[in-house]
Amino acid sequence: MALSYKNPEFLIERDYDKCINCRVCERQCANEAHYYDEDLDKMMAIDKNCVNCHRCVTLCPTDALRIRKYPLEFKENYNWTGEMINNIYKQAETGGVLLTGMGNPTKKKIYWDHLLLNASQVTNPSIDPLREPMELKTFLGRKPERLEFDQEGNITNLPPQIELETPIMFSAMSFGSISLNACKSLARAASEMGIMYNTGEGGLHQELYQYGANTIVQVASGRFGVHQEYLDAGAAIEIKIGQGAKPGIGGHLPGEKVGEEVSRTRMIPKGTDALSPAPHHDIYSIEDLRQLIYALKEATDYEKPVSVKISAVHNVAAIASGIATAGADIIAIDGYRGGTGAAPTMIRDNVGIPIELALAAVDSRLREEGLRNQVSLVIGGSIRNSADIVKAIALGADAVYIGSAALIALGCHMCQKCYTGKCNWGIATQRPDLVKRLNPEIGTERLKNLIRGWSHEIKEMLGGMGINAIESLRGNRLMLRGIDLNEKELEILGIKHAGE
Amino acid sequence: MRRIPEEKIMSGCAISGILDRKGRRFSGEEIIKSIALMHDRSNGLGGGFAAYGIYPEYKEQYAIHMFYDDLQAKEEVEDFLERHFMISLAEEIPTRKVKAITNSPLIWRYFVLPDQHKLEQANLSEDDYVARCVFKINDQYRGAFVVSSGKNMGVFKGVGYPEDIGEFYQLEQYEAYLWTAHGRFPTNTPGWWGGAHPFTLLDWSIVHNGEISSYGANKRYIEMFGYKCTMMTDTEVITYLFDLLLRKHKLPLELVVKAVAAPLWSEIDRMGEKEKKIASGIRAVYGSTLLNGPFSIILGHKNGFVALNDRIKLRPLVCAEDGERLYVASEESAIREICPEPEKVWAPRGGEPVIGLLEGSSEEWL
Repeated sequence: MALSYKNPEFLIERDYDKCINCRVCERQCANEAHYYDEDLDKMMAIDKNCVNCHRCVTLCPTDALRIRKYPLEFKENYNWTGEMINNIYKQAETGGVLLTGMGNPTKKKIYWDHLLLNASQVTNPSIDPLREPMELKTFLGRKPERLEFDQEGNITNLPPQIELETPIMFSAMSFGSISLNACKSLARAASEMGIMYNTGEGGLHQELYQYGANTIVQVASGRFGVHQEYLDAGAAIEIKIGQGAKPGIGGHLPGEKVGEEVSRTRMIPKGTDALSPAPHHDIYSIEDLRQLIYALKEATDYEKPVSVKISAVHNVAAIASGIATAGADIIAIDGYRGGTGAAPTMIRDNVGIPIELALAAVDSRLREEGLRNQVSLVIGGSIRNSADIVKAIALGADAVYIGSAALIALGCHMCQKCYTGKCNWGIATQRPDLVKRLNPEIGTERLKNLIRGWSHEIKEMLGGMGINAIESLRGNRLMLRGIDLNEKELEILGIKHAGE
Repeated sequence: MRRIPEEKIMSGCAISGILDRKGRRFSGEEIIKSIALMHDRSNGLGGGFAAYGIYPEYKEQYAIHMFYDDLQAKEEVEDFLERHFMISLAEEIPTRKVKAITNSPLIWRYFVLPDQHKLEQANLSEDDYVARCVFKINDQYRGAFVVSSGKNMGVFKGVGYPEDIGEFYQLEQYEAYLWTAHGRFPTNTPGWWGGAHPFTLLDWSIVHNGEISSYGANKRYIEMFGYKCTMMTDTEVITYLFDLLLRKHKLPLELVVKAVAAPLWSEIDRMGEKEKKIASGIRAVYGSTLLNGPFSIILGHKNGFVALNDRIKLRPLVCAEDGERLYVASEESAIREICPEPEKVWAPRGGEPVIGLLEGSSEEWL
């Protein structure tokens, strides 16, 4: 096919008064959007290669670069938007599936933004976290309905728990989908902040075993990198059934990303595609899930909590209740805005439901069935700031997973091209020249700062409500009011409208 | 008159309690005097008293105190009581006319034992059977409210200043070894008779000053265990939490306190290994029972009382000891009003329980 109908998405503007032909932009752009024209003695741009990742803009020493939305517009049409038309051009050229990265960006209601928090006035005092203790410590794991004690007064029936200094964890992101330097940053930050990170389905690189006490090791449908030492290394084990960005489908790490290190860690031949099947082929029912939960518990002497991660789908409440009775200690639910390294666009943008509604429905169902106190509930997909976390906990979560937010802290600019392997920020790539751009020492500090900053903000919000321990917020929906929500939405969320 | 609020009730308050640890009974005059001194801590929208040891002649029977809106409600509930209990005595609770007290409901009491046949059918302990009946009446019988349901104890409460309520119920005629009292300052709803304190279930009674910011979390937790929070008050939920932890989960009182007024993590970090494990286990499992926000409460029981502050002491609570008497109140003046020179006066620290026990009864509360 000779002529491509695709238009560039972005326009690279260069201020030639400022440009000094240093060629930094050229060297920094893995997408090859910049080049130096010797005849003209000028830096030039190939707009169609630009993904708008801001790498060149950030590194340009003279601030000579601007990236804009490409000013070419189709005739105005609410139905056939430019995006729809361009997608068809792409597919007509290739016959392929539309691919994308990161979370669902479409314009649908974000429920977090329709929830408002409470604060104390007069009848009870707000608490100043700078003067008074403010406690965020959170335990995840199965809790007995009631504690029992032996004759010496020791607790006899408390299953293993993981302890978090603040109710935030880094979501599952595999080595392979992200770089080793990104993994190192997450692992170190988790261990220094007393929280957890999650290996995703990528196995555990030898250099990361030292952070085992702050690691949740994942067992997913491909079983990549799963062996006894791996299971023993983590503080908890997570069975991944689904992911918010692509419910119901598996994963695919292309062979070009499977280099020496990824190959060894995943225990697959170098250069081969790592294909995770859509279902676990030993889990075709809830009773099969129970078997896997207990197989993993047996394998680790009942010393680690087992989590089951599912994506938020229509009947998530019933599924979660089944998972609780199947023996999971933690239920992790990933909403439809959750991120991914690669997903078919149609799946990402159209399958699954908002995490806010899923969380409210699951928490309510588990309470109706008297199970809520026995399992921990973790949600993700997507948490964008500390207020989202406070709202999630008030709706009923024990803790949250953050993935996209953590990557943004590391430098991700949300260009959504993770699947190309050309991440200019050294995050979603395995190319050594790109990976080395992410310094894990600096990455660790940035992540720690994010967790620290958010924790401070959570404490301020708690203090304002007159609460000094996070457990008093959990499921405390009286602290929430809705705005711009209809009766049905309020009913599902279990909250009142603002003003009520 | 009967008005079940639909939103959470907030209120400030005065509380007071007197225990004679030898079990000697004394009239209600002292407690009225004590709570009356704190007149300005309430606003006339609720006052009440709990009295333990007042019905020695019926001490093996459950004393059900009732409010009724009208005769129809009374008839319906009496029909229910007759079907579920053996009633030894049903009588109107004597009251006198007091100018400040208006709109009182019909106020009755019944001394009852569970119907043996029904009890066996239900396969419940006597206490659980009675508790279930109480929930049922409060939840399903319009215009009726169970004021108290313990043995050898009773609650006398209503809308008005506590000293007027005391006079209305003629409390000087009753003798108890433990009295607690409450004066209420609700901020957002007109008081209604059932919403006054103390709140009770079986032998438990609670008077409470404060607002529990954790109410939503506590309520949704306790509802998982079959309790129904219909009053929308902190006091109700606190009562049920104690009932669950002490009576149903059989936790020792000291551990219950570690759950509802949990030690701070910074304190737990300084504990010995064994204690630390227990305290953190309690917080991990019973985190949803933590009462957060300002409060001081007196939990009354047939064996004595526990007075407790929130863990960072955001509301006042003072105790005093004099001979066999143990006093507790929102203000020291309310104690000195009736016991001018106690042997010992102190302000307990936040989260530190003050436990008053009848002589001869162990810390085992049940």
